[in-house]
Amino acid sequence: MSIMGAPSSSGRFGEFGGRFVPESLIPACFELEKVFTEAWSDPEFKNEYQRILRDYAGRPTPVTELQRFSDWLGVRVFLKREDLAHTGSHKINNVIGQALLTKRMGKSRIIAETGAGQHGVATATAAALLGLECVVYMGEIDIARQALNVFRMKLLGASVVSVTSGSRTLKDAINEAMREWVASVDTTHYCIGSVMGPHPYPYMVREFQRIIGDEALVQMRQILDGDVPDYVVACVGGGSNAAGTFVGFVDTRSKLIGVEPEGGAAINRGIPGVVHGSLSNLLQDDVGQVQEAHSISAGLDYPGVGPEHSYLASIGRASYATAHDSEVLEALQSLSRLEGIIPALEPAHAIAYVIREAGKTIPLGSSVLITMSGRGDKDAESVAMMLGENN
Amino acid sequence: MANQTLGMLEKALTEKRDGGRKLLVPYISGGLGDWIETIHAIIEAGADAVEVGIPFSDPIMDGPIIQEASQRALDGGITPSAILSELRRNSFAVPIAVMTYYNIVHHAGHKRFARELANSGVSGSIIPDLQLDEGGDWIMMAAENGIDNVLLAAPSTSPERLTRSAVSSRGFVYGVGLMGVTGERASLADSASEIAHRLKECTTRPVLVGVGVSNAEQAVQVSRVSDGVIVGSALVRRLLQGGGPQSAFEFISELRKGIDAII
Ligand SMILES: Cc1ncc(COP(=O)(O)O)c(C=O)c1O
Repeated sequence: MSIMGAPSSSGRFGEFGGRFVPESLIPACFELEKVFTEAWSDPEFKNEYQRILRDYAGRPTPVTELQRFSDWLGVRVFLKREDLAHTGSHKINNVIGQALLTKRMGKSRIIAETGAGQHGVATATAAALLGLECVVYMGEIDIARQALNVFRMKLLGASVVSVTSGSRTLKDAINEAMREWVASVDTTHYCIGSVMGPHPYPYMVREFQRIIGDEALVQMRQILDGDVPDYVVACVGGGSNAAGTFVGFVDTRSKLIGVEPEGGAAINRGIPGVVHGSLSNLLQDDVGQVQEAHSISAGLDYPGVGPEHSYLASIGRASYATAHDSEVLEALQSLSRLEGIIPALEPAHAIAYVIREAGKTIPLGSSVLITMSGRGDKDAESVAMMLGENN
Repeated sequence: MANQTLGMLEKALTEKRDGGRKLLVPYISGGLGDWIETIHAIIEAGADAVEVGIPFSDPIMDGPIIQEASQRALDGGITPSAILSELRRNSFAVPIAVMTYYNIVHHAGHKRFARELANSGVSGSIIPDLQLDEGGDWIMMAAENGIDNVLLAAPSTSPERLTRSAVSSRGFVYGVGLMGVTGERASLADSASEIAHRLKECTTRPVLVGVGVSNAEQAVQVSRVSDGVIVGSALVRRLLQGGGPQSAFEFISELRKGIDAII
């Protein structure tokens, strides 16, 4: 039995997870659980999912060994290149799965929340591919800082709804998408973008993302003559690229490390609480109001985290570190200059962690696999501003 | 069911219902403006119980009006304890139920929250994101402390589940009038009378319909089938617009007059 197996019938990973949603949505959660469970053991469905990811999205993505970056740090660094998947991030893996399920359920419309816009772009892409109507909810602040992705979604035929309530970022985009889902659940599937939400979402999204870790395990064994990397590192917003990566390595000797933004570190600074449908670590004030996160990375700017990460942290199988905005910006530049790979701000957190810890908690000579969850194009404009570039 | 097992909320509502009265339960956001005075005014106008919202940062079952009310109250620094101690300092002629989201309860701890409610004279709780599946533990703790926890039944709820919710609910059963979040609607959804009808078929507990019941005409329409209504956004909008206790009194009086005329 894998440490990252299926959750309990009530959707619990240890004590975390569950199904805390308004009554109106409960039947949709049950239906989704049933349809996903059937589809995931249906070879025809799996073939179709894998075929699209191969022929349309460009999988498998390669693992790249970094030469100059490794020389600089004194550790052997490998990147799992989700930035090379169609639409530029790992989000496509999940969305292709959920869009196929939407059709299987006979629904014609798909809605999504997005922070960085990568999940929104991926959802809009899958909707175009499969002929679904698509609406994406995005916080007003994120619309401003990820303008390129907003335009891409529109080009792809999706409508983008600006969310002006509360934090005006990812947290409130999810609130608004859930409210909209309550009103349209008959015809509409809510395509959640990470390993969060009510059961079966955290489990289902992890399964759709496990292709990252399953591929990477085979690739790393080949590169390392049958061995696995000493460290496997991924950034954690909701935690989908990390969960999809970890699941491939959880039953090996690799150390698993998730990297949270300093200003949105639910595992490091939160306590268990319930928001958006599941029980997990959550940044909250002293009476239980959810606090706003603050991160330069729109995709990690979230006060909660997927329940399976709280579980992995609670049993000590994965550990979770944080990275500051300033070291993230530096990491982004270092990788760009040394390797010709411009990372998105999200995976730049994982890179920053490895830069900081190489030769310290990560001994010199170790092998490290980092999930490069997305490419940096979407952030170019805001990074230029932060670096004071005006051209 | 023997009468002595009924909680305060259910007892009061059942007696009135059995006396031939249609039930009117207004919702108001705790911490918003002169909310205590407003509660007195709506009781004066004929409310049979009052639902007091404890604002939460992420109210996913609420539309723009109640969202704004919650936000204003939170911006004014209101906390769950502040609301409960205000309630404790006052006494009301009808039962008070609180409506909040589960994280507020989870954060306080079930036992502590149930005791705090009881000590504040509250006799019911409504927690939209805590239903049958996850609610068992809280329902028991609430009951031990004399708090009736009200469960919801939605238009999408299956017949089998509807019966289970009605059995496990205490106080009354909350029929959700439409597939959507709280807010005013121009007309009553067909689903409002349908959910009332389905619930009346399977329970003897009071059946109240809320969400999307916006004026006297709609209240009358659904109360022909249900035992009464919950009215939130339509009242809260008047308060947000600066109406104050007097306008709340007038609005609730109008609803009262409407449903009292049902024969
Ligand atoms: C490139 C990239 N990486 C990571 C994330 C964070 O999501 P998760 O933690 O679910 O992988 C995002 C989210 O928008 C993203 O765009």
